[in-house]
Amino acid sequence: MKSSTLQAINAARAARRAAVVVTDLSDGASEVFLEGASFPPEWDNLIVEALRSGRAGVAAVEGRSLFVNVHLPPPRIVAIGAVHISQALAELAAVAGFDMTIIDPRTAFATAERFGAIELLAEWPEDILPSRPLDRYTALAALTHDPKIDDYPIRAALEAGCFYVGALGSRKTHAARVERLEQAGVPADAIGRIKAPIGLNIGAASPAEIAIAILAEIIESLRRRDPSGREGGAK
Amino acid sequence: MSKEPNILDPLEVAETWCSDGRKVALATVIETWGSAPRPIGSHLVIDEEGNFQGSVSGGCVEGAVIAEAMEIIDSGTPKILEFGVADETAWRVGLSCGGRIRVYVERIDG
Repeated sequence: MKSSTLQAINAARAARRAAVVVTDLSDGASEVFLEGASFPPEWDNLIVEALRSGRAGVAAVEGRSLFVNVHLPPPRIVAIGAVHISQALAELAAVAGFDMTIIDPRTAFATAERFGAIELLAEWPEDILPSRPLDRYTALAALTHDPKIDDYPIRAALEAGCFYVGALGSRKTHAARVERLEQAGVPADAIGRIKAPIGLNIGAASPAEIAIAILAEIIESLRRRDPSGREGGAK
Repeated sequence: MSKEPNILDPLEVAETWCSDGRKVALATVIETWGSAPRPIGSHLVIDEEGNFQGSVSGGCVEGAVIAEAMEIIDSGTPKILEFGVADETAWRVGLSCGGRIRVYVERIDG
């Protein structure tokens, strides 16, 4: 491997971009491909599948033995709202291997006593997100019901191509949200990507059950996302 | 970004070692059968003095990989190593968990 290849892999990882490295095992020649780029046609399936599954492996293509390695940024969940559901979601996220951050400007909610070691930012989303940008490996769960707090991060998540954008609230609440987003000029297909009511429909009732429904929906969006970058972050 | 590499991240370590002018080899798990301690894609980075970071097994075969890596740093020719209980070297450096792994070892050049 050339040191320039190594640098390209590390630069992609530092920028939280997915990278695939294809190495020809006969001569050691290797190439790096970044998610969202166009791939050589004979390798397209291999690379897209590696990005989709996150799994590395050896493959034979046109008589060559290739090793395909894949480096995906670690997925993370950003929850807007330091509410009861977020408390349960924080515990579950750790078990499932997600990093988690909670943002809530209401300092009465955002207390270490309620959330322990989870990263908790008692700031307005519009103040904190520019310095901690959302990306395609981030799931955003808007959980306050309060348009003043939720609407900005929902728009930011759609623009950033987050693989999941979910918003708590009844169908009526969501209809009002859709209207506000339309008036703010958010395109209809982007609004259509919002999961609302949030969470898989498993009849969840308690905060913990709703957190499980949300986490399951986040995992589904992560594992079934379109890795080509042609459809934004999620289907 | 900090200049201090994360020692749990072999690729970061490899880049830092290269930029320090050290000669470096990278070992990668490319195939596994049965129970294997580290998944495909796992890395171990080695320098010409035998310093290393990362892992390709649970500590069973790293010693053998490091010895081979020092030769590969000299020759520049990449090599595929195979380890498993069925291997004739199993009594020395086999995998206690009963699986088999193949490890690709290459020099980082230029």
